[in-house]
Amino acid sequence: MSSTPDLECRAISKSFKEFKAVRDVSFSVPQGTFFSILGPSGCGKTTLLRMIAGFQEPTSGDLLIKGRSMLDVAPNRRPVSMVFQHLALFPMMSIGANVGFGLRQRGVNKADIKKQVEAVLERVGLGGTSDRAVSSLSGGQKQRVAIARCMVLEPDVLLLDEPLGALDLKLREHMKIELKQLQSEFNTTFVYITHDQSEALVMSDQIAVMNHGVFEQVGTAKELYYEPKTAFVAGFVGEANRFHATVDSAKNGIVNLKTPEGKTLSGLDLGRGLTNGSKVDVFVRPEAVRLSRNAKDITKMGNTGKGTVENVLFNGANSQLILRDATNGAPLNVALPQTGEFRDLVVGDNVHFGWEPEQTRCFEHQGA
Amino acid sequence: MKSDKSKLTFWLLLSPLILWLATLIILPHIGMFFVSLREKVGVREYETSFANYAVFFNEPLYWNTFARTAYMSIAATLLTLLIGFPIAYYIAKLTRGRTKTTLFLMCLIPFWVSELVRTFGWMILLRETGVISQVLQYAGLVNGPVEMLYNDAAIMTGLVYTSMLFMVVPLVTTLDSLDDSLIEAGYDLGGTSFSILREIVIPHAMPGIVSGCIVVFMLSLGNYLTPILLGGKDSLWFTGLIYSQFITRFNWELGSAFGFLLLGLSSLIVFLGLKLSGQSLSKTMAR
Repeated sequence: MSSTPDLECRAISKSFKEFKAVRDVSFSVPQGTFFSILGPSGCGKTTLLRMIAGFQEPTSGDLLIKGRSMLDVAPNRRPVSMVFQHLALFPMMSIGANVGFGLRQRGVNKADIKKQVEAVLERVGLGGTSDRAVSSLSGGQKQRVAIARCMVLEPDVLLLDEPLGALDLKLREHMKIELKQLQSEFNTTFVYITHDQSEALVMSDQIAVMNHGVFEQVGTAKELYYEPKTAFVAGFVGEANRFHATVDSAKNGIVNLKTPEGKTLSGLDLGRGLTNGSKVDVFVRPEAVRLSRNAKDITKMGNTGKGTVENVLFNGANSQLILRDATNGAPLNVALPQTGEFRDLVVGDNVHFGWEPEQTRCFEHQGA
Repeated sequence: MKSDKSKLTFWLLLSPLILWLATLIILPHIGMFFVSLREKVGVREYETSFANYAVFFNEPLYWNTFARTAYMSIAATLLTLLIGFPIAYYIAKLTRGRTKTTLFLMCLIPFWVSELVRTFGWMILLRETGVISQVLQYAGLVNGPVEMLYNDAAIMTGLVYTSMLFMVVPLVTTLDSLDDSLIEAGYDLGGTSFSILREIVIPHAMPGIVSGCIVVFMLSLGNYLTPILLGGKDSLWFTGLIYSQFITRFNWELGSAFGFLLLGLSSLIVFLGLKLSGQSLSKTMAR
């Protein structure tokens, strides 16, 4: 592994008239990494990707691929390839001609093109299909052709623009695994953008969470999930219950909070220096909440309460309860344990719940 | 009962089309065809023969005129395509919203004026005492008045101008349906502008190119006004021959035969054109 990263962005920005789509984004992607940019639609991730591909010019900042600045390099000369959102396979060409397009542009001779096309199709599991029409393929196969078409050029970086968006759910689940496998097989750097957190979490080595044109946090899937650094990341990655509260006292990293309705909570202040009286957003993951029929079992947990079952959302392994907290009337999502212990809970039942302060993430409330 | 009703609806909806085809196209053509088969042997004496058709092939002036008309029409079609394609590409791909509508409308506006008036407009520009001639004299580029009318270039200008819309409209429609990401993908994979045009844009636009070319070719071949007015008496346009047979010479028999020859030969040229470009009529029309 070389020490120069495959892709490096230095304080890259893009403005459209008054609107700043991307602001001072800096990151670097080492060779062979599956790097995802995760964000809601309109967060600037597509603009960022198009700047890397060369279809849009950054307003300021620098973009380097393998240590070489790409600012003055036209898109057809950049060592990056892109898998488009709707794949953009050429319908007027056969599969083989699609995959061989890039090689033809490079002036590779016909016999070599044929050999390489066949080899790359073989690798994506579509050997022997090169004379068939693109329209004869299924959605997942088209996906693989689109990747083969890029990979045959051996790009330094492969960009993927939400390529799974158009597929149905089952196929999407399947393609997630397949994409990850293809990536480790080709050992190419992938930059993948998506708004679907499960795609990003499952496949990526590194994820950047993007919002309003800036990177909120860059880290592994686990880091983002367990140690979110901002309120946006805590709310966007994974599910979370969100409360507003005010800091009552802060001591030795433990903060005691009070919700406007008068419920007390305790959580960890992860070195953000919350002070008394500051308003905070509190996030608690549904699976962090323990349920019990008996108040004694959970008294030792830092946060306890009693609630009424308002709804049971049964979804196999992802089943959830919606509880209505008895003290403050706030709804609380709780993951239903898989042991079947609570399978007989019905709407209207009362149940005790609790969670540890370590599972409570507090962030200073932003804005009004 | 229900199927009877829907059948009736079907025939009622179809009847205007059938009436139009039968009474306005098929019947007159059958009549013309019979006229073309009559050979005048004496005063009000006719015999059925192909003599009128034979005249066309035996008289070099006639088939030379036809060949010239066909050749000029093909040239006009290619020229229209060459000029129309960039315009259509610009309208379809590089503009959006209001600009697009405005540009499209600007292509259409000349057609609000009658063809006759438009052609006279060109005459005002091109004639000896016309605008261009006077500007050139004023600028000192030429010594005397220049006549730019009554030559093949003037006919060509008129034909291209008259046909432009019929080329631009189908081209804009097909180019509009070309996904921008295909072009971007072409660049991304290392394509140059030329190779993308050749391998992606043109193959995609082929149905539009073919239907535009057919319409423009047929319009040019069958055009009467433009060649006569801009080309003058010696323009030698095949429709001019047909006109003179019908009107000047009262030879309806030969005129009808010429009419059918024009139909047959132009269909043959279109057929050959489709074969050469590897397209089929049904494929083109289905798009």
